[in-house]
Amino acid sequence: MAVITYREALRQALEEEMHRDKNVILLGEEVAQYNGAYKVSKGLLDEFGEERVIDTPITEEGFTGVAIGAAMAGMRPVVEWMTFNFSIQAMDQVFNNAAKMLYMSGGQFNIPIVFRGPNGPAEYLASQHSQALASIYAHFPGLKVVAPATPYDAKGLLKSAIRDDNPVVFMEAELIYAWEGDVPEEEYLIEIGKADLKKEGDDVSIITFGKPLQIVTEAADVLEKKGIHADILDLRSLRPLDEEAILKTVKKTNRAVIVDESWPVAGMASHIGWIISHKAFDFLDAPVELVTSEDVPMPYNHTLELAAQPSVDKIVQAVQKVMYIREA
Amino acid sequence: MTSDKTKKQETAKKTPDLKHMLGQMLLIRRFEERAAQAYGLRKIGGFLHLYIGQEAVAVGSIAHLDLKRDYVYTAYRDHGHAIACGMDIKGLMAELYGKESGCSRGKGGSMHFFDKEKHFMGGNGIVGAHIPLAAGTAMKIKFNKENGVVLCFFGDGAIHQGSFHETLNLAKIWNLPVVFICENNQYGMGTDFRRVSSVDDFSIMGQSYGIPGKQVNGMDVQEVHREVGEAVYRAKEEGTPTLLEIKTYRYKGHSMSDPAKYRTKEELEEYKNQDPILILKDHLLKEKKLTEDEFQKMDKKIKDQVKAAADFAEKSPEPSLELLYEDVLV
Ligand SMILES: Cc1ncc(C[n+]2csc(CCOP(=O)(O)OP(=O)(O)O)c2C)c(N)n1
Repeated sequence: MAVITYREALRQALEEEMHRDKNVILLGEEVAQYNGAYKVSKGLLDEFGEERVIDTPITEEGFTGVAIGAAMAGMRPVVEWMTFNFSIQAMDQVFNNAAKMLYMSGGQFNIPIVFRGPNGPAEYLASQHSQALASIYAHFPGLKVVAPATPYDAKGLLKSAIRDDNPVVFMEAELIYAWEGDVPEEEYLIEIGKADLKKEGDDVSIITFGKPLQIVTEAADVLEKKGIHADILDLRSLRPLDEEAILKTVKKTNRAVIVDESWPVAGMASHIGWIISHKAFDFLDAPVELVTSEDVPMPYNHTLELAAQPSVDKIVQAVQKVMYIREA
Repeated sequence: MTSDKTKKQETAKKTPDLKHMLGQMLLIRRFEERAAQAYGLRKIGGFLHLYIGQEAVAVGSIAHLDLKRDYVYTAYRDHGHAIACGMDIKGLMAELYGKESGCSRGKGGSMHFFDKEKHFMGGNGIVGAHIPLAAGTAMKIKFNKENGVVLCFFGDGAIHQGSFHETLNLAKIWNLPVVFICENNQYGMGTDFRRVSSVDDFSIMGQSYGIPGKQVNGMDVQEVHREVGEAVYRAKEEGTPTLLEIKTYRYKGHSMSDPAKYRTKEELEEYKNQDPILILKDHLLKEKKLTEDEFQKMDKKIKDQVKAAADFAEKSPEPSLELLYEDVLV
């Protein structure tokens, strides 16, 4: 197996799928000549030409809508949003057109499209440029939403997303492009809607998705030293959500902490908490704990910025809380 | 109520104070050079979009304003406009350092300078997002029958956004006193404006909305001053909007992390030869309104001022954690 970066895994997925199907095109700001703002599309312009790797003006709503129209007519566009912060301008197109077209056309028009780019907090960028928007996208029926946290998952899920006949919102993270991991040489796909148990333990379930997987893993190491063994469930997909995997781990450990870098109100974490309390109530030994972003916009100052986000320490404390352990 | 005559006098085109404008441009440049240095030392983080090369646009335009009645909006490349609005550079530098003593309490950073009192309305990180806000403020001016104008600065990249086109139409149908200033520094990140625009003269974009437009040389602060003066006059006297495309150039990359490989060295040199500070300085020397010695003294004074701002930023304490939860709602 090769060790490659998350960025390279995405690039390979794009390259392979563009070879496989000429209807797959990539468009967005700086994707072609500049090789992508985060260099995910490096070399693709040279390989596939400017008819399939297309630089757009800064017109998120416009180019997103254009791509949806192309998908209505049979193309399979991959839209790169420079970051999800700017996708907010395209939300009307995604929610009112991409998500609902199949339903309101009585099944006539499906939208085979992928919307992808970096999501979530970055560093020192303040409120408009540093936000985790998974809950908003997951709110809308008619979309699939995925958030892979490793190069292996990123490649397999992006290939599946491109082949999917539905609109898929594919959330990467600004700070994980350089993270490395094992990726097989041969082709593989990962089914959308399947969670992955990244680590096994009997004492507590830590459920997460996307970039926080890394701090969850670090927190699990800290807990291990205290003799606490965690199951780490990486959801990978938020829609469809692998409820079976969530219930299975909770029924095993009887305690759950959900880690989500989005805000706490009406969020993915609170939804999962509800599923657990609803469908695994009798198995719970403690109320479910959430570790989310603080309920404030992101500040620029770095100390405050770190304090606003989930951390190893916050996760360790939440686990101790559901285990009724009080540190001296 | 002011009489028509005094109103006219108040809004008559100002004669430029050239030495003052030279000092302002120099202050912007020295401030940013210092900021770049601090960024290199990791005292400032995130995006730092420098305005170096474009100083004449902010200075020549804002020189017309009375910021008791007039207002300024801009995008994330906002240091120059903030300084030209007379914001205290101590507060600006402290903001870059993320300190509570900064103009946005350390919560905004480089892209989000604000000063309510000075009518400096930001500082906005989303391309095109502030353009309707500028028209909204112009609406308030009209509503209260004030003798004011709003200047709205944005880049060549923003001119294709729906928010720009929607706002131009609104500004015209409601006759709002706003001047839209497209600061065409030729690139939106790595994209040459010619690659993403259906026209190469942005000033004609006003025509679809019945709004007059003009191209202006943004390396010449006197020309900027003259042309923006016309537009400000029109806004105040007739209550109508104008679109200006002011042609300029940024010497640095899009932000500190951009090596700017998409343009040639020759192109950059060509613009550095028309540096707005040098052009004005040469003009003043030739007209004998300034001596080289005076200029050096001015520069020294400005550098000291900038150094004091940096010292202030360094010495200001880190914000307390409670600040995280403040300012979410009033
Ligand atoms: C809606 C939106 N899309 C994308 C971005 C990312 N971005 C930041 S600056 C920029 C280029 C803007 O260029 P221009 O408007 O010409 O301003 P300049 O940087 O030249 O001053 C882009 C694409 C953003 N901030 N907002």
